[in-house]
Amino acid sequence: MNEDLNAWLLALVQTGTFVLLAPLFSGWVKRVKCWLQNRRSPSLLQPYRDLWRLFGKETLVSYTASPLFRIAPYIIAGSTLLAAAVVPLLAVNLPTAAIADVIVLAGFFALARFFLALAGMDVGTAFGGMGSSREMTLSALAEPAMLIAVFTLAMVASSTNLSTVINHTLADGMVLRPSFLFALLSLILVAMAETGRIPVDNPATHLELTMIHEAMILEYSGRHLALVEWAAQLKLMIYGVLIANIFFPWGIATHLNGSVLFIAVAAIGIKLLVLGTALALGESMLAKMRLFRVPAFLTLALTLALIGLLSHIILEVN
Amino acid sequence: MLYDNFLPIMLALALAGSLGSSLVSLLADRRAWILPRLAFPLLGMAGIFSLAAGLVAMINDTTFSSQLPLGLPWLHWHLRIDPLAGFFLSLIGIGTLATSLYGPGYVREFHHGPYSLAVLGLTTGLFVVGMQSVVLADDAFAFMVAWEIMSLSSYFLVVYQHQNAANRRAAFVYLLMAQVGGLAIMLSFGVLVGFGSGISFDAMRAAPLNLTWSSIAFALGLLGFGMKAGLVPVHVWLPEAHPVAPSHISALMSGVMLKVAVYGFIRLVFDLIGTPHWGWGVALLIIASITALFGVLYALMQHDLKRLLAYHSIENIGIIFIGLGLSIIFFGTGHPLLGTLGLVAALYHTLNHMLFKSLLFLGAGAVLQGSREHDMERMGGLLARMPWTGLFFLIGCISISALPPFNGFVSEWLTFQTALQVVNLDSGVLRAVIPIAAAILALTGALAAACFVKVYGVVFLGQPRTRRVRRSREAKRGMVLAQALLASLCLLFGVLPTATVTAFNHVTQGLTGHSLSVATAHGWLWLTPISADTASYGAPLVLLGILLALGAWAIVYLFLRPRGHAKMNRGETWDCGFGPPNARMQYTASAFAMPIRRIFAPLLRLNETVERELRPGLPLEPVQLRHQLHVEDITWNWFYAPVARLLHTTARRVSRIQTGHLRHYLAYSFVTLILLLWVIT
Repeated sequence: MNEDLNAWLLALVQTGTFVLLAPLFSGWVKRVKCWLQNRRSPSLLQPYRDLWRLFGKETLVSYTASPLFRIAPYIIAGSTLLAAAVVPLLAVNLPTAAIADVIVLAGFFALARFFLALAGMDVGTAFGGMGSSREMTLSALAEPAMLIAVFTLAMVASSTNLSTVINHTLADGMVLRPSFLFALLSLILVAMAETGRIPVDNPATHLELTMIHEAMILEYSGRHLALVEWAAQLKLMIYGVLIANIFFPWGIATHLNGSVLFIAVAAIGIKLLVLGTALALGESMLAKMRLFRVPAFLTLALTLALIGLLSHIILEVN
Repeated sequence: MLYDNFLPIMLALALAGSLGSSLVSLLADRRAWILPRLAFPLLGMAGIFSLAAGLVAMINDTTFSSQLPLGLPWLHWHLRIDPLAGFFLSLIGIGTLATSLYGPGYVREFHHGPYSLAVLGLTTGLFVVGMQSVVLADDAFAFMVAWEIMSLSSYFLVVYQHQNAANRRAAFVYLLMAQVGGLAIMLSFGVLVGFGSGISFDAMRAAPLNLTWSSIAFALGLLGFGMKAGLVPVHVWLPEAHPVAPSHISALMSGVMLKVAVYGFIRLVFDLIGTPHWGWGVALLIIASITALFGVLYALMQHDLKRLLAYHSIENIGIIFIGLGLSIIFFGTGHPLLGTLGLVAALYHTLNHMLFKSLLFLGAGAVLQGSREHDMERMGGLLARMPWTGLFFLIGCISISALPPFNGFVSEWLTFQTALQVVNLDSGVLRAVIPIAAAILALTGALAAACFVKVYGVVFLGQPRTRRVRRSREAKRGMVLAQALLASLCLLFGVLPTATVTAFNHVTQGLTGHSLSVATAHGWLWLTPISADTASYGAPLVLLGILLALGAWAIVYLFLRPRGHAKMNRGETWDCGFGPPNARMQYTASAFAMPIRRIFAPLLRLNETVERELRPGLPLEPVQLRHQLHVEDITWNWFYAPVARLLHTTARRVSRIQTGHLRHYLAYSFVTLILLLWVIT
C-alpha cells in the first residue's frame, strides 16, 4: 500500500515536473538558436515571464466568439497535461502509465488538436480557418506516421504500453535494430511537424502566410493564450522525452530509490539538453518549406515508419 | 435466469409495436395527430421492448426459438433469438427509440406538405418490422422475406419526397442495388441449402461444404451483405439514398440498417458457414481498408451535410469490416482468442457507429429543419442559435473522430490492438498486409478528425452566411431529447468499455466458442485485451483525469484571478487594420478541404473550373470570380460504366434471336421443352 502511494506520489511529482519544466526546455531551444545565429539570447526564464505576464493580462474575446472559444484552451491544456502524465519522464512502471498506452497518447494529442482547430474556426476570420485547415491536413498525415513508428516499437516489445517498451529496450541492451533506426527517423520528422517547428511551421513569426499554429491562435489573448502557449511548450517537451526515453532509455529509474531518481533526473536533463541543441541546430540550418512541400516531407516520415515496421516483421521476427 | 420468462412477451410486444405503428398510420392522412400521438409512441414501445429483449438474450445468454404460423403451408417461419441476434435487436431498439422521440417534432414539417403522412408512418413501421425480423429469422425463407420487407419499405422512405427528380433517381439506384444484393444473398443461402438438408439455419449449419463451395457462399454473401452495408465499390447507392430520405429515416438507415447487413454477414460467415478460411480475411481486409479510406476522402470533399455523413457511414463500415477481416484471419490461422478480439472490436464499433451516426443524422436533421439549408457553405454560427443541438453534435463529432474518452476511440483502439498481434502469424505475406491495413486505419482516423473539424467549424462555429441561417432556432424538445439520449450513450460506452466487452462475451461464446474474459480480468477500471503487460486502457481514469485537469486549471484560474486586472473583456475581431471581417470572409468547407483535395487529387475525380472576368482596362483586376467544384465518385467511371456497357452489349447480342416471327418463337419453345424433358429423364 505504501509502495503504491509512493508510486502515485512520484507520478504526480513527475507530471508536475513535466509541466513546470516545459517552458524551460523551450527557453533552452531558443537560447541555443540565438547563439547559433549570433544573436543575444533572452534569459532562460523568459518563457516563464511571458506566461506570467499573459496570465496577468486582460483577456480579450471577440464579440462573435462562442462559448467553445473560451472552453477550448482549458481542454487543450487539460488533454496535453494528461498526455504528459502518461509519458515516463523519470521512472517507468508508474501507475499512471497503465491508464493509457501509446495509442491513447496519440488520442490525447488528437483531442487537443481537435479543439485547437475548432477554436481557430470559431471567431470566423480567414486566418483562423486557414490555420485550422492546414493543421488538420498536416496532422492527418503526421498521425499515421507517428502511430506506425510507435507500432514498430510496440511490436518489438509486444506491448503498446510505454513503460513495457522502455523496459524491453533496457533489457535488450545496446542492440542496433534497423527497425528502431527507421522509427527514430520517422518520429523525429513527425515531432518537427507536430510541434510546429521549422521546416514545417515557424514558431517565431506572426505575419507569414505560411504559418499554421500561430494562425489558429491569433485571436487568443491573456490567460487563454498563456494556456495554449504552455500546452504547445508541453507538447514539444513530451515529444522530446518520448524520443529520448524510448530510443535512449538508459538512466531512467526502474525502481523507487533516492539515488536512482537522482541519476534519472540528471540523465533526462542531459538527454533533453542534447535534443534541444540538436533541434536548434536543425532549425538554424533548414529553411521553412512551402506548405505544399510539407506533405512530401510527411509522406517520407510515413514511408520510413512503414519500412521500419516491415523490416521488423521481415528481418527481426523469429 | 432473471426475466427469461418474459422474453417471448417482450419479443411479441416489440413486433406488435412496430406493426401497430405501421397500421394505425394508415389513418394519418385524415387525422394528422395519429402520427405524433399514436404511431411514434407505438414505435417507441417497439424500441424499448426490442432493447429489453435483446439485452435479456445477450446478458443472460438465453436462446429462445419459436415457429410462426406464417409463410408457406409446410414451411412455417422459424424465429430464434440468441445472444448475437439479441445484440443487434438491442441496437435496433436504441435506434428506434431515438427515432420515436425525434419523429413527432420532425414530421411536423410534412403536416402541410404535398406528401402523404400515412405512407410515411406505414413504411417507417414496416421498415422497423423488417429489421427486427431479419435478426430474429431462423430460416433462409423467413430471412429473405424479412430482408425484402426491409429493403422495399426503405425504398419507399427514400423516395418519399418524390417531387424532386434527384430523389427518384437515388431511390431507383437504391432499389436496383438492393435487389441485386438480395439475389446474391439468396444464392449464397442457396449453396448452403443445396448441400444441407433444409432451409432452416440449423440444417444450413450442418451442411458439409468443401472449400470451393464455402468460398463461393462467402463471396456471394460478401457481395450481397456488402452491397447493403456499403462496401466499396458497391456502395454508390448509399451516398445518394441516405441524404434524400427524411432525417429520422436517414438515422435509421445509416445507424441501424447498415448494422443489420453487418449482422447478416456475421451470421453467414461465423455461424452458418462456420469455419472461415484465412484467405477470405485477407480479401475482406483489403476491401475494408479501401472502403474506409475511400469513404473518408469522399466525405471530406462533400459540402452537403447529410451526404457527407453518408460517406462517413461508408468509412465506418470499412472500419467494422477491418475488424471482421482481422478476426477471420486469426480464426483461420488457429488463433481463436485473437480472432475473438477482432470480432469484439468489430461488434464494439458496430454499436458505436449506430450511436454516433444516428446522433449525427438526427442533429443534421435538426440543423436542416432549423436553417432550411442543406449546403454547409451557407451555414455557420449555429451554436449560438441551437445550443443543445450544437452540444450534442459536438459529442457526435468527437466520438466519430475516435477521440478519447468517447466511444469511437475504444473500438478503434481494440482494432489497433488486434492488428498489432500480427507477429503471432507465421505467413510473411499476412504479417506485411496487416500493418498496412493498420496504417490505413490510422490515416482514416486522422482524416475523419479533419473532416469533423470542417463540419463543426463551418456549420456551428463562425458567423451565419445567409439570412435564413441567422434566423434559425433550436429544435423541438423531443428532437433534442433524442440527441441527448444518444450523446450520453456515446460517453457511457466510451467510459465503461469493460462492462461492454463483458456483455459481448456471450455473443462471441455462442458464435465461436471463445470469449474475451482476459480483457476484463483486471477489474472494471482496466481494459486489457491481451494481457495487462501488453496493453491496458483505463477509460474511467481518463475521464477522471480530464475532469481533474479541468479542475486544476479552474483552481489555477481562481488563484490567479485576484491579481488585479485579470478579467475578460469583449472586443472586435482583429481585422488586420482593414475593414471589419464579415461572414463571407470566413473559410468555407471547400476551402478547408482544399489542401487535402490537392494531396489526394490522384484518388479523386475533380471537375474544377475557375472563371474570372477581368476589368477591361486593368488586366489584373477581376470584376467577377466564379469557382465551381464537382467531385465525382470515381467508381462510377471505373466500375459501373464498364458493367453497364457490358450489359448493353450482351443484351444487344441476345436480342438477335428475337426475330419477331411466330414460327421462330414456337421453335424455341419446342427445343426448350425437348431439352427439359431430356434433363428430367
